[in-house]
Amino acid sequence: MNELLHFRTPLRTTPFHPRTAALNRLNRWSPWAGYTTALCYGDTAMEHSAIRNAASLYDLCPMVKYRITGPQAEAFLDRLTVRSVARLAPGAAQYTIWCDDEGRLLDDGTLFRHGPQDFLLTCQERHLPWLLDSAAGYDVAIADVTADVAALALQGPCAAWVLREAGFDVAALAPFRLADFPFDEDRITISRTGFTGDLGYELWMKPWQALPLWDLLMRAGAPRGLRPVGSEALDIARIEAGFLLTNADFVPADQAVREDRVRSPFELGLDWLIDWEKGHFTGRRALLAERDGGTSNWALVGLDVEGNISAAGSLLYLDRRHEAGHVTSACWSPTLKRSIALAQIRRPFDRIDRLWVEIYALRELQYAKLMMRVRPAPRPFFVHPRRRATPPGDW
Amino acid sequence: MTARSVIVIGGGTNGLACAHRLATAGRRVTVLEAAPAMGGGAAAAEFHPGHVAPALAHLVTGLDPRVSAAMALARHGLALSAPLPTTVLAADGAHRTIAAEGGGASGPDAAAWAALHRRLAAHARALAPFRLLPPPRLSRPAPGEALTLARLALGLRRTGREAFRDLLRLLLINVADVAEDELSDDLLRGALAFDATLGSRLGPRSPNSLILYLDRLAAGGTAHWPQGGMASVAQAMTRACAAAGVTLRTGARVRRITVTGDRAAGVELASGEMLAADLVVSAIGPRSTFRSLVGPAPLDAGFFRDAGHIRSRGAAAKLHLALTGMPDFRGADPRARLLVAPSVDAVETAFNPVKYGEVPDRPVMEIVLPSAHEPGHAPEGRHTLSAILQYAPHDPPDREAARARMLAGALAVLEDHAPGLGALVAHAELLMPWDIEDRFGMEGGNWHHGELAVERMLFLRPLPDCARYSTPLPGLWLAGAGSHPGGGITGTPGWNAAARIIETGA
Ligand SMILES: Cc1cc2nc3c(=O)[nH]c(=O)nc-3n(C[C@H](O)[C@H](O)[C@H](O)COP(=O)(O)OP(=O)(O)OC[C@H]3O[C@@H](n4cnc5c(N)ncnc54)[C@H](O)[C@@H]3O)c2cc1C
Repeated sequence: MNELLHFRTPLRTTPFHPRTAALNRLNRWSPWAGYTTALCYGDTAMEHSAIRNAASLYDLCPMVKYRITGPQAEAFLDRLTVRSVARLAPGAAQYTIWCDDEGRLLDDGTLFRHGPQDFLLTCQERHLPWLLDSAAGYDVAIADVTADVAALALQGPCAAWVLREAGFDVAALAPFRLADFPFDEDRITISRTGFTGDLGYELWMKPWQALPLWDLLMRAGAPRGLRPVGSEALDIARIEAGFLLTNADFVPADQAVREDRVRSPFELGLDWLIDWEKGHFTGRRALLAERDGGTSNWALVGLDVEGNISAAGSLLYLDRRHEAGHVTSACWSPTLKRSIALAQIRRPFDRIDRLWVEIYALRELQYAKLMMRVRPAPRPFFVHPRRRATPPGDW
Repeated sequence: MTARSVIVIGGGTNGLACAHRLATAGRRVTVLEAAPAMGGGAAAAEFHPGHVAPALAHLVTGLDPRVSAAMALARHGLALSAPLPTTVLAADGAHRTIAAEGGGASGPDAAAWAALHRRLAAHARALAPFRLLPPPRLSRPAPGEALTLARLALGLRRTGREAFRDLLRLLLINVADVAEDELSDDLLRGALAFDATLGSRLGPRSPNSLILYLDRLAAGGTAHWPQGGMASVAQAMTRACAAAGVTLRTGARVRRITVTGDRAAGVELASGEMLAADLVVSAIGPRSTFRSLVGPAPLDAGFFRDAGHIRSRGAAAKLHLALTGMPDFRGADPRARLLVAPSVDAVETAFNPVKYGEVPDRPVMEIVLPSAHEPGHAPEGRHTLSAILQYAPHDPPDREAARARMLAGALAVLEDHAPGLGALVAHAELLMPWDIEDRFGMEGGNWHHGELAVERMLFLRPLPDCARYSTPLPGLWLAGAGSHPGGGITGTPGWNAAARIIETGA
């Protein structure tokens, strides 16, 4: 293959493509980080229902993955990210974020610790230049392994059952833990992580293991209604779980063109992740000043929206008049039977329960303007004890 | 309450000026200098039995009057010569002289030179106060600062609309254009081009080269020979520091700045000795300070990256010759500042090869003969020559070959201007930029501890986040040539840094 001809294939396919393409009855695809991925296989409502009521398979390959190894990998990651990496044990994973010097969010992601000196960082956007800049002076190796590691999310109340049927005993695996399992004369890694706020697992494998594993899981899961799901169904599940999506709920600081688009962890409700005691990390002094000076301008909140129309992209008003913020993600939640939203609100309006949302509802080629009351709602919107139960219940 | 303690890293003229001012303000100050003697670029070295040369800097061009006064340098033994005239050497002996104060030049272009000098000196006068001021903070100036800034800006505007426009035009222009527009005498053009680019890694045709000439004029513009040689500057400063109660330690190389909590807490010496202090002031280069002494852990990644990008490629080499007799530069006064810069093109041609890590065939140079000024620099009847050569590559592929070529080129140029000089050479020492780095700790051998260029001046020097001498690491300050207003034997950055430390109560 001539590398210079990449423009002829602007989107790559994932190792699961032979299966996902055959199943994608609507041929609905969308680009994700340079790959073509299924938006919906046939029925988003059914797919979302599989996530919450049975089991679902989601092709996670385009997720950006960095393998970080070396004697100072831990020290490097402790300086890069805001959480304590020293306290992350091998075999465990953590949700984390990292900031620029000004304490503005660059991205969030999941950090998996495979060994004392071996980590995998997964995230939505590419960050290699920043990681390499941050690595100056550290004895670490950083490699973009996005294409070298295929990944699947198996989520839903029956996920553990499906894995057991497939020969993987994950009963002992607690949330945010990972372990290796033999498969196909080799091994795969299974972590109890996910983007749905439900019982679920993520499976990490070599690209050539992708199709055999897919086939095995689909066979094993058939009796409990396992089905592949597209990004539309997953997005509803992640909003119900209250998770942020990069470039939907915030713009990474290094991508923002407009000066006022960058956000700090305080402004995104992520400050709870910061470990102030662990020593220095990039952005710490700026964040400390923001904390002590109370200079945050925005707040990210969960909202319950009156009515049943998604408030996606709408503006928020105080007393129906003064612009106070905007909705970043929203949906009608099939699980909760409520219209829910994530929103950025200019402080201090996040503390004033007099907010309204102006929704433009498209009805047969005509927009109807709705002014709906919104109320603060705790995140996650959807919580279920099965998410954390170990061993997982048999659903 | 016991006095707060300060460690100053580096006993160059800036470290000493800073230490003195802090001690005078009641701080308990220790200066740690790696070399066996204080002075840094202002030290002296015996490079051949009986021959002593200024180790690096050989003329004083901008010693801060506030520093000389406060440190009472005259009382501590410093005596500067009257300003030296400059002789621009011509291979045919038709030299040009430029008067010590800069305005008068000999030759056919005297009137044009005088007019140009008047014009540039007026601009320099308007800019001079900026050199002495700690760089203002543009985004949120404190009330007092805003006032000073407004006053200085007004000062610039008051020079008149025409003059102000002229200044704005000249700020970013290259010196070759000005030389060729305003002068017709190649020798004077060459001298202007040389003086503008001395100490920088710019050729006369590089953009923004004229501002360095304005800066040189703003710093004083006159060149002085310190009686007893350059080392007497360091000695006078050292005595002043000792008198002010500063603890002075030589042979004390700092290996690491220690950090406790979120604060610089002291230093670790190469010997392993640990020293604690309330404040650490680094008067060595900012890049080495952050990249080598502090390291990445207590700094933000973006800042640490930017510190690594501070341009630190030196382009000046230093030549010391032990001569068995007085060379004859075709009748030129050996006590003048002698320039070999016969034209703009000669300077530009000497610059071209360093872009590719190569050595010019015919370097341009500034020559001083210490032994012509006074005894003590060479044995009776013998002489010592000190020359700054431009341009030298900072990191050529074959360093020894580059040094040999540079030396051969320099000696050939000298022979052309002082026939018979080659036969007088008993010993030659040539310090290339990497030697300067090894010996003085100046990264890349850079004159200014990081290139002095428009994009790295004032509040951008050395980086926006440490342009006011404080750094992102609490308790760590900068005070060397890498900070505003830059290099030279001036003491200004050190003095300004101390002022900021005192003023902020750090
Ligand atoms: C070839 C050349 C010729 C020059 N000629 C002139 C001239 O004629 N006139 C002029 O005004 N300027 C001249 N300069 C510029 C001038 O020498 C410098 O700008 C000036 O010396 C800077 O002063 P400073 O005090 O900031 O630093 P320095 O003079 O560099 O002093 C820093 C000191 O820190 C010490 N040090 C370094 N690292 C450590 C460490 N880890 N621990 C402890 N100590 C350490 C060094 O030994 C040194 O003594 C010349 C420069 C060069 C390169």
